[in-house]
Amino acid sequence: MLFDVKGLDHKTLNQKVRSFDTNITISGCCGQRFIAAGMKDKHITINGIPGNALGAYLDGATIEVNGNAQDAVGDTMNDGKIIIHGSIGDAAGYAMRGGKIYIQGDAGYRAGIHMKAYKDKIPVMIIGGKAGSFLGEYQAGGIIMVLGMSHTERRIVGNFPCTGMHGGKIILRGNIDHITFPKNVCAKSATEEDIESLRPELTEFCEVFGCDIKKIINSEFTVVTPDSKNPYEQMYVAN
Amino acid sequence: MGIEFIYPEFEVIRNDKRCIACRVCERQCANEVHSYDEDNKIMLSDETKCVNCQRCVALCPTRALKIIKSDCQLRENANWQDDTIKEIYKQANSGGVLLSSMGNPKPMPVYWDKILINASQVTNPSIDPLREPMETKVFLGKKPSQVEKDENGQIICQLEPQLELSMPVMFSAMSYGSISYNAHKSLATAARHLGVLYNTGEGGLHEDFYCYGENTIVQVASGRFGVHKDYLEAGAAIEIKMGQGAKPGIGGHLPGTKIVGDVSRTRMIPEGSDAISPAPHHDIYSIEDLRQLVYSLKEATGYKKPIIVKVAAVHNIAAIASGIARSGADIIAIDGFRGGTGAAPTRIRDNVGIPIELALASVDKRLRDEGIRNNVSIVVGGSIRNAADIVKAIALGADACYIATAALLALGCHLCRTCQSGRCNWGIATQRPELVKRLNPEIGCERLVNLMNAWRHEIKELMGGMGINSIEALRGNRLMLRGIGLTDKELEILGISHAGE
Repeated sequence: MLFDVKGLDHKTLNQKVRSFDTNITISGCCGQRFIAAGMKDKHITINGIPGNALGAYLDGATIEVNGNAQDAVGDTMNDGKIIIHGSIGDAAGYAMRGGKIYIQGDAGYRAGIHMKAYKDKIPVMIIGGKAGSFLGEYQAGGIIMVLGMSHTERRIVGNFPCTGMHGGKIILRGNIDHITFPKNVCAKSATEEDIESLRPELTEFCEVFGCDIKKIINSEFTVVTPDSKNPYEQMYVAN
Repeated sequence: MGIEFIYPEFEVIRNDKRCIACRVCERQCANEVHSYDEDNKIMLSDETKCVNCQRCVALCPTRALKIIKSDCQLRENANWQDDTIKEIYKQANSGGVLLSSMGNPKPMPVYWDKILINASQVTNPSIDPLREPMETKVFLGKKPSQVEKDENGQIICQLEPQLELSMPVMFSAMSYGSISYNAHKSLATAARHLGVLYNTGEGGLHEDFYCYGENTIVQVASGRFGVHKDYLEAGAAIEIKMGQGAKPGIGGHLPGTKIVGDVSRTRMIPEGSDAISPAPHHDIYSIEDLRQLVYSLKEATGYKKPIIVKVAAVHNIAAIASGIARSGADIIAIDGFRGGTGAAPTRIRDNVGIPIELALASVDKRLRDEGIRNNVSIVVGGSIRNAADIVKAIALGADACYIATAALLALGCHLCRTCQSGRCNWGIATQRPELVKRLNPEIGCERLVNLMNAWRHEIKELMGGMGINSIEALRGNRLMLRGIGLTDKELEILGISHAGE
């Protein structure tokens, strides 16, 4: 079902998207917010630039954007998939606790902030390009992988990655000598298992964006994990 | 001992003539104050561990126990009081940030106690609630500012989503994790019996309580614990927690030791991991950003549920509330600086924020002055202690009140203010199964229903005395209030006259 949303507001747009039983391709998208918020099924393809909070509380649907996306993509996402053929704004995957986000290009500030996990429900975000500052701030679970494959001069992550991190892991590709991590995390070379554990996601990433998995894997990787899951222990005295 | 020693705050007084050494006190005290001396066949007590929760006192079958404040005194003066000095010792001993529970205990003004309520005499009749119908029902949500008609002249009755409360009281947010399963169950079942709502707090909603959804407010806080589509759909309303009266400007940390079993599953974080709610929502830096979160929640739930934005009462609360009223939110909840908490840094709790009475009066005035009062309902909390506080709050402009400390007292809390320890002997602020089962949720529910029914009757009597038979007619009716012993400035902010005027 092809559906032109030029000039529609977000409320009307989402009402229409919900009213269709079939997969949908949206054209003429220009900044409408909250597209597919909380949606459980369907495959939604978006041509254009969706607005903030794309796929917020997403609960199983798949969203594919042929273009860039703005801020707060996949906010508090529970399940499903978001694929961005382009770059993405700030706070992507805030408090995400399930599902996958694949970004071909770069991510803005605070990607993966406060991501969570519970037992075998582990969210994964793969950023093909580079990430802005505060990557994985307060991260409590899940996996963020940054491949650094964009041509910008930027470092693979900006300043202050992993601040307040107390769970999950971040995997960075390539040399990270110039990255300063806070004291509360431990950065070490990735083992083969670390990379193998992400092979299904990496394979899918390469399929949707048409890149060569061998080329990606044939590189050094660093895994960053927190030292403690109780960062505030010992800080308080009962009064 | 020695330089680190701090004399115990309480003494356990045991009447040996009455004590039968039945060891109930020993079994009841999770702090392990009481023990039995096998050799001498007597009970002993280690008062260094006593928090004065009164559990042993209440369960002693021969009334042999009492707890008193110790009279071992430091050489206090007006500047260096006992607790001020001991706080320094505690910090010098440990290097830790002081952490306290429940509301601000400092002798700050309680304006409710300086406000008097009017009554009818001669010129208009008072109403007897036993004889005549009195309406205590309220609806929370956006109200239309004018009547609109369709092309046929028929009134358009479509309203924005509303919450219906049988009386202007709701149980405010206390998370599963900070309080027990049985405490949550008591609140949920009581809310259903009473036709009001309780609030999940930020720890998610236990699967057993989804069936109370119509009487549930689900909360979304900066940590987004347990937030997912079904959770959002489960509640009658969704509350965005921006702040809390006991700790404005900071987040919350539930220690990993309390993240066990169901609490872990409900929050959707691993067992033993700290649950950290960051101080800000990292996607909210402006009213426009707040609007984005409000509308993302509305979109996710099909515009069927009112969105509440909860903020702490702080200095610029009127301007903040004005922004919230324009953000698309349906209800503003304001939490005053005497509000309770399971744990907050002492310095924050005791020094940050403002009294709810002043915040409420200035917010209601500001929204009326700007012509946007009908955009939102106002709910206030932060130490509402009785029916008179509620009547005064409504007359100052609130649509309803949030209560939590009072509800916990009904469940057996004795305000020992050590919730952070997780060893609540009354089964409320704990996750230890042997303690949780001490709170019977059926009895808890009944006691909450009793309390609210008593308050409802008192509210009706106070309203009847003023000649008012509907709570709607009391809202913002500041002519029904007078101040006593307040300065001109305080009266001006409260928008009331002095007694005698």
